[in-house]
Amino acid sequence: MSPRARLVLFAAVTPVFAVLFFLAARGLPSFGSDFHPYGDRAVAVAIEQRATDNVVSSVNFDQRAVDTLGEEFILFGSVIGTLVLLRPSPEERQVGQRSAGRVLPTTRLAGYLLLPVSVLVGLYVIAHGQLSPGGGFQGGVVLATGWHLLYVAGRYLAMRRAAPPTVLEITESLGAAAFAAVGLAGLGLGGAFLANVLPTGSRGELLSGGTVPLLNAAVGVEVAAAVVLLLAAFLEQAVVLRRVDYQDQR
Amino acid sequence: MSVLPYLVAGWLFLVGCHGLVTSRNLVHAVACLTVTQSATYVLLLAVGFRAGATAPVFSDIPVGTRVVDPVVQALTLTDIVVSATITAVLLALTIQIHKRHGTVNPDELRALRD
Amino acid sequence: MVVETLPPLMVALPLLTATVLAAAGRVLPRLVIDAVSLLTCLLVFAGSVALLVATGSRRVVSWLGGYSPEHGVSVGVVFVVDRVGAGLAALVAVLVTAALTYTWRYFEEVESYFHALILLFLVGMVGFVLTGDLFNAFVFFELMGAVAYALTGYKIEEAKPLQGALNFAVINSLGAYCALLGIGLVYGRTGELGFAQVQRALAGHHTDWLVLLAATLVFTGFLVKGAAVPFHFWLADAHAVAPSPVCVLFSGVMVELGIYGVARTASTAFSSALPAERFRPVLMVAGVLTAVIGAVMCQAQSHLKRLLAFSTVGHVGVFLVALGAFEPAAVGGLVVYVLGHAAVKGALFLCTGILLNTRGSVDEAQLHGRGRDLPLTRVCFLAGGLALAALPPFGTGLGETLSEEGLSHAGFSWPSALFVGVSALTGGAVLRAGMRVFVGMGIPPSIQGETSVQGEISVHGETRGVDENRETEGAVRSVPATMLAPVVALLAGGLALGLLPGLAASAQDAAQQLLDSAGYAAAALDGIRAVPPPTPGAETWSLSGLLFDMVSTLLALLIAVTAVYSDRLPRLLRGIVHAVRLPLGALRSTHSGHLGDYVAWLLVGVTLLAIGIAVS
Repeated sequence: MSPRARLVLFAAVTPVFAVLFFLAARGLPSFGSDFHPYGDRAVAVAIEQRATDNVVSSVNFDQRAVDTLGEEFILFGSVIGTLVLLRPSPEERQVGQRSAGRVLPTTRLAGYLLLPVSVLVGLYVIAHGQLSPGGGFQGGVVLATGWHLLYVAGRYLAMRRAAPPTVLEITESLGAAAFAAVGLAGLGLGGAFLANVLPTGSRGELLSGGTVPLLNAAVGVEVAAAVVLLLAAFLEQAVVLRRVDYQDQR
Repeated sequence: MSVLPYLVAGWLFLVGCHGLVTSRNLVHAVACLTVTQSATYVLLLAVGFRAGATAPVFSDIPVGTRVVDPVVQALTLTDIVVSATITAVLLALTIQIHKRHGTVNPDELRALRD
Repeated sequence: MVVETLPPLMVALPLLTATVLAAAGRVLPRLVIDAVSLLTCLLVFAGSVALLVATGSRRVVSWLGGYSPEHGVSVGVVFVVDRVGAGLAALVAVLVTAALTYTWRYFEEVESYFHALILLFLVGMVGFVLTGDLFNAFVFFELMGAVAYALTGYKIEEAKPLQGALNFAVINSLGAYCALLGIGLVYGRTGELGFAQVQRALAGHHTDWLVLLAATLVFTGFLVKGAAVPFHFWLADAHAVAPSPVCVLFSGVMVELGIYGVARTASTAFSSALPAERFRPVLMVAGVLTAVIGAVMCQAQSHLKRLLAFSTVGHVGVFLVALGAFEPAAVGGLVVYVLGHAAVKGALFLCTGILLNTRGSVDEAQLHGRGRDLPLTRVCFLAGGLALAALPPFGTGLGETLSEEGLSHAGFSWPSALFVGVSALTGGAVLRAGMRVFVGMGIPPSIQGETSVQGEISVHGETRGVDENRETEGAVRSVPATMLAPVVALLAGGLALGLLPGLAASAQDAAQQLLDSAGYAAAALDGIRAVPPPTPGAETWSLSGLLFDMVSTLLALLIAVTAVYSDRLPRLLRGIVHAVRLPLGALRSTHSGHLGDYVAWLLVGVTLLAIGIAVS
């Protein structure tokens, strides 16, 4: 289709879809209503049975933990998929780039100063996932961000040396496997896959929520390693890989 | 105007689709796809809202406080991670397309015409 | 061991194996990687067989996390396994086993990533058929998707796989987001996510636009995966370029899972608000369109994998029509048809892979006569073509017969003609290619220049299979046994399906369970898991069915021979071939490989689907 024909087709059906969506939305309970049967049950279970203050974490890592298991492995699979897709092709080779170009001293300083802060925040967010907003994903991403401050500080190769892809891959796999293993422990000890078999403690304690902190930790490890791996794969494309013929022309 | 937040979701979905239909750059197209996915976040969160309620985290509020629906928040979190990872795969494909086809303009990709 | 623990184990075990392969793949010898992955598949297969046995008398219900319902409500996610679910899980395991066996000598450089991805793909599909929860289905659907996109683009040295993978990924993701919007609407109305819970919660409401659009959006997600017209464009692009063993999984079962998704949600979550009659017209119309377009496009291809891909589209159309009846007999036939099709199509894709690896091409014209010295592959390819044309006693033939009879008992006799037509056209296309490639019949075409292949309507710039890279390192001299064994096994399986005495009856029971919405909800929420005893007296082959199958096979042969010797056709016939050139060209030009086009068609599809369900 020509761009114009495509746009005409789009313009022809969109108003119809929009009207249908409007009619459907009018059938929803009015915004802010009190009708949340599943939500109410989830709150009751999290507070009364599982001593998990952060109900969202209770849903993600306990009540509907299998969704998170699937999602962990979507992440895991996507990382493998991205590594496969971004592997060097036969005519590409890696060229080490010694100098990182010009990095302003202030940028470098900011990178070094923020690194410990973000690592600390990341660990805190992971460890308190059952108590306060946050958890494995959020904390894992913060950890990975901290790591990339090194890149901002112009230390890409140092960063690569400190955590080579192999180590990251193993870490990521361990995190993902730990999630599945906790699930199997639930099956062995509690009779149901992903059952919350650990003592739940009491609300507000750091070790409350049973398996929730454990799964949060597994997810935190996996997400941190996965995000670093993902970004490394993309950085590699920009910083390290060159087409051989492209090199020769220079 | 109690339907308005839901309509934002529909709007985002269609705007994202419009971007996909008219896109002339695959990176832009991938971004448009994440816009359509944002529609799902907005719809889920809007559906779970409860007027005058706070976040479903009870570490500093008494039990029994009105809170919004935690289930949709959990679903949205899962959804966001899915979105981020799929975006990574799509961008990896886009990089390779740029290398093999020498362009990221969908109009100029001609390997699969029938 | 309690059988209730099997469904989660079938998900968890391959996940763990995948992590081991990803972590230790670099140091493990290739033999160990292959053996471990195959063993995992076989264990999943054993689990699904145990489930198949158990589901003869009851549904197997596993509440994950142990959140069994009290008074019919729960906060957890449930896996509900009935015969169809267990059967599809078994099919997935068999096809993955075949693909992995085939890969034994294939992709020498893959390390262990390929195996890890295939195992994750397995989990996505198995989880999707076991789950009883809308959002959980979305998660497994996306898991299936994410790995499938990467597997499609696996050959990064070539231009086509990348574009095919991107089209596939964007369209399927968009479909998945449609489904999620639908799930959001359902959640807003009912506050529930489980199939059974939604069904009960919707029972008290009148049917309005919300339910209609929610069902439409959820179906859209599944029908994109199921490649129904006009959501089918990605399929040919992805199948033509993905590695052959991956195509086996795509065509053999992933696409069919889309149809399963529609069947499952229509007969559980939406069944109380929208009776099956509301879906019948749209599914049947979509099915007819899909069948016709798939079969016609299949005839027009010279890229062998694209040809097979469009034949899958044609068969998907047939499946949709059979499902549209929502009658146990027709759906039972559909189940048999899906199994038979998976075996035959899998074998054909693997044969094409053998051609690619020994002859360096998948183009019908370029390969003319060059398959003559591959005796076993030749037999298998031609047998596959005949089986696709529904030759008795292949499972495809039995499935077609059973669906036709089920449909005609339900008052639809017209689908018989459609089914025969699709079998004849798709089988004919495969036979035509087989006769040219493996027998060397007809005039060898000249590849150079733009001369069109005899009997084909060539459009300038079409996708041809001439510049593909092998999937092995260097040309394979002789075809290794690990490549041929799965081909032969799949074809033998396809043949056995037609001869198994109890299969038709068992499939009909499975269909009965699939369509029994009240029974499903009672099993999930009330603990009433027993299923009705098997219905005796389901017939297998009937005389009229055999007749139809023979007609389609003969027609396929006729089409194939006519196409191969089209240069000797009388003038009048050649004139007719010439006359269809224009409309066919127009149809082909819609398959443009352009992302924006596909998205526009997707929106057209959603809107028409919603209107279709609304006016029924």
